Amino acid sequence: MEHKNWNGFKNGVWQNEINVRDFIQTNYKEFTGDSSFLAGATERTRKLMEKVEELFALERQRGGVLDVDTDTVSSLTSYSPGYIDKENEIIVGMQTDSPLKRGVNPFGGIRMARQACEAYGYKLGSKVEEEFRFRTTHNDGVFRAYTDEMRKARKCHVITGLPDAYGRGRIIGDYRRVALYGVDRLIEEKKKDKNSLAADNFGADEVRLDEELFQQIAFLGKLKEMANMYGFDISQPAADTREAIQWTYFAYLASIKEQNGAAMSIGRVSTFFDIYIERDLANGVLTEEGAQELIDDFVMKLRIARHLRTPEYNELFGGDPMWITEAVGGMGEDGRTLVTKASFRILNTLYTLGSSPEPNLTVLWSTSLPENFKKFCAKVSADTDSIQYENDDIMRPIYGDDYAIACCVSAMKVGKQMQLFGARCNLAKLLLIAINGGYDATSDMHIGPQMPVMDGEKLDFDAVMERFDIYIEWLSRLYVNTMNIIHYMHDKYAYEKTQMALHDTDVTRFMAFGIAGLSVVTDSLSAIKFAEVRPVKNEQGFITEFETVGEFPKYGNDDDRVDIIAKDMAHKVITELRKTPTYRNAVHTLSVLTITSNVMYGKNTGATPDGRAAGAPFAPGANPMHNREENGALASLNSVAKISYDDCRDGISNTFSITPEALGRTEEERINNLVSILDGYFAKKAHHINVNVLNRETLIKAYEDPEAYPNLTIRVSGYAVNFHKLSREQQREVISRTFHENI
Amino acid sequence: MSNSAVTGRIHSIQSLGALDGPGVRFVVFMQGCNLRCGCCHNPDTWDFSGGEIFTPEKIVEKAKHYREYFGTKGGITVSGGEPLLQAEFVREVFSLCHKEGINTCLDTSGSILNEDVKALLAETDRVLLDLKYTSDSLYRQHVGCDMEAVLRFLSYLNEKQIPTTLRQVIIPTLNDNKQNIFALKAIAEKYKCVEKTELLPFRKMCQVKYDKLGKEFAFAHIPEPEPKTMAELEKILNE
Repeated sequence: MEHKNWNGFKNGVWQNEINVRDFIQTNYKEFTGDSSFLAGATERTRKLMEKVEELFALERQRGGVLDVDTDTVSSLTSYSPGYIDKENEIIVGMQTDSPLKRGVNPFGGIRMARQACEAYGYKLGSKVEEEFRFRTTHNDGVFRAYTDEMRKARKCHVITGLPDAYGRGRIIGDYRRVALYGVDRLIEEKKKDKNSLAADNFGADEVRLDEELFQQIAFLGKLKEMANMYGFDISQPAADTREAIQWTYFAYLASIKEQNGAAMSIGRVSTFFDIYIERDLANGVLTEEGAQELIDDFVMKLRIARHLRTPEYNELFGGDPMWITEAVGGMGEDGRTLVTKASFRILNTLYTLGSSPEPNLTVLWSTSLPENFKKFCAKVSADTDSIQYENDDIMRPIYGDDYAIACCVSAMKVGKQMQLFGARCNLAKLLLIAINGGYDATSDMHIGPQMPVMDGEKLDFDAVMERFDIYIEWLSRLYVNTMNIIHYMHDKYAYEKTQMALHDTDVTRFMAFGIAGLSVVTDSLSAIKFAEVRPVKNEQGFITEFETVGEFPKYGNDDDRVDIIAKDMAHKVITELRKTPTYRNAVHTLSVLTITSNVMYGKNTGATPDGRAAGAPFAPGANPMHNREENGALASLNSVAKISYDDCRDGISNTFSITPEALGRTEEERINNLVSILDGYFAKKAHHINVNVLNRETLIKAYEDPEAYPNLTIRVSGYAVNFHKLSREQQREVISRTFHENI
Repeated sequence: MSNSAVTGRIHSIQSLGALDGPGVRFVVFMQGCNLRCGCCHNPDTWDFSGGEIFTPEKIVEKAKHYREYFGTKGGITVSGGEPLLQAEFVREVFSLCHKEGINTCLDTSGSILNEDVKALLAETDRVLLDLKYTSDSLYRQHVGCDMEAVLRFLSYLNEKQIPTTLRQVIIPTLNDNKQNIFALKAIAEKYKCVEKTELLPFRKMCQVKYDKLGKEFAFAHIPEPEPKTMAELEKILNE
């Protein structure tokens, strides 16, 4: 197949089938040079960004939400076009009719939409209320089916943050397809897929898929209509860089208008854009400055994307994040690097537009990446604290070389795999429930198998493990079944029509489970094994405190005696989860990631045998507990690196904070040392790291005077936030974390 | 002279050292010091009886956990305390490191030069020599040895052509002046083994350590140098 807008591209199978990877592999130009080619922000960009900054300031003044359209249900075509400054925007498209104005999306649950409006002093419009009186939301569906035990597990917070009242997210449409093929071709292919179903017998699975394809096709039509409202015809392939970026952005925009999923990644677009940029540069119709300007405008749009959330939601996912994760760099299967000039350009937006948590720039690190690119990444990290790193060398063999990251650490092949998100269970709480024979002291609830409270002067390691195994088995089955209900209902009542239209029809699903409190459980079990842990019972005879006597090895010191407990625990949990079948035969995966919910999980968990007080925060993700590291930063990294990615295919998050002084004396030293640390950590087969290069004092100042630090960005757990957007409690927790410093 | 029965007293281990030698380094702090520098920020390493006993094998086993981080420049650094006091042990550590292809760096005050030390230097890829002052009287007053001993050590490094980094802590009122930097430069030029000279600002974060030990911090009354002063001295150094 040929198209005039493809002139100048090399031919390949991508022309005859929907295959963006083949287009990239056939056409991209790897770049191993340094950052000296980069252009700065143009006058236009600077002025537009000033307007955006003014809007951000106003949003802050109004308590975090600038405005809400309470009368319109968010969808692709429900708002008239919106602009920041119509004359001066080169990439257009707004979620609602005005920048930072939030729409309401009640498909996940009307109560959540109502509460979110009320939290910011608004009232959900009567028209919307009326309309949804006669509609079943995802949330309605889930609660019709939940068993009593599921409700209890949710209520006592042993499983929390489940996407049963909001969009599940973590699905990445292959937005690039719209630019490469135009919408008409995508509709044509989907119609073919739909027609081919006629050859099958129609069981429940086929009927569901048939209806889904109908919806996908309908929403591709709406996508065209939405673009038309902005004056663009996107039925045909994009003809130049500006169109390629615009078309891709429209596809993403349609998705976030339709869905308020917790994490809405953009995918892996920069190297794709680079092919268009190179063609335009060669044709003399674009300059480097112009290329940067287009990327800048695109990124600016991503920075103003918003969803309306409730305060409870913010407790789990602090800082108003969207997780517009863009995967940058990585290596190709043929050994060429996928780093292009556009990989530099997208990181360069942290200079042209200033540091920012969004988009969630994620460098796919390989020890084979070009040295110049490694150094540039390290410099950007040290300057902005805005990027995270994930191990391409362990992901590429599994996902190939055209995968992206959903949310923080969830890898998937773009347009071929998707995930059914499942938040996380609280492993530390489960340990306490097990010791108490099926009683949760924090919520005063009996849950799970009922048996006697553990007896004896001191806790016996083997007896505790035997007990814990029973409860892990119990919770795993409950967790999978709960997820099955959630995702059945999400497909039924809040199906992602636009995003799934940008996937292959035959898609692989992951069901992503998670654990919180891994380091607390690990150190607690280590205490029981190596020290003496004496349980202290309350008046009712339940264990609510522990006296721990003696020394025990702590996770985070590269000590196998305890690190192995963490590794085994992750292995045990995923092994148990796999025993219960999943909805749509999804592949079970596990993450060790908490977002900012480590604070909330801690609040809901009693005192633990490791010496952690009742209510005290957990460490985030797979991090060792704060200030228990005695041998410095690399020992801590080594401990985390021991957790196997094979057990935790949904990611192992680690957040690393170091003072600039501890990283080297000169900028050059700091950059080189950071590169060495990343190379070393990933050579150890670790999966993920957030890098912050900053002083605790800066955070303390920002805590005391938030107004003075409106743009202070820090990496937390799998994403970045504006520090001022975290709750006071979350801020304090971040400040209390280990900062590796020179002592 | 290889003796695997030798053990060392270790104060602590820092898995990430980015300031003590080139690249990323695994730093071992030895227990025990023969000097009493007024500016010392590790008073907890003075006592010879403290610390934990390690075999060279155990130290190298630990260091090997970090080799992926070393890249082309990094490696192990042995600091202290004064590592020359346990030269035989450190030599064994370095020799085992070399068998593993790990670069070795010695951070020392250079006040001792005996046969054990010479054997150690034969296994040392780089020396970070803490040249405390450029005057013998300041040495005698604030360090507890004569400067001649340190220069003898430096001469030996020069003779053996061991790459050396000179390091000096800049302490207001004592050595934060031009003349000192000129003297330092003269030394760096005279001894060809010196590849680099680093000025480190005097820091007082260690006050808490002194308080905890119930020891007096001799330089408690001296302020930390201004960044401006450091920049000026750096400039003179590099002119």
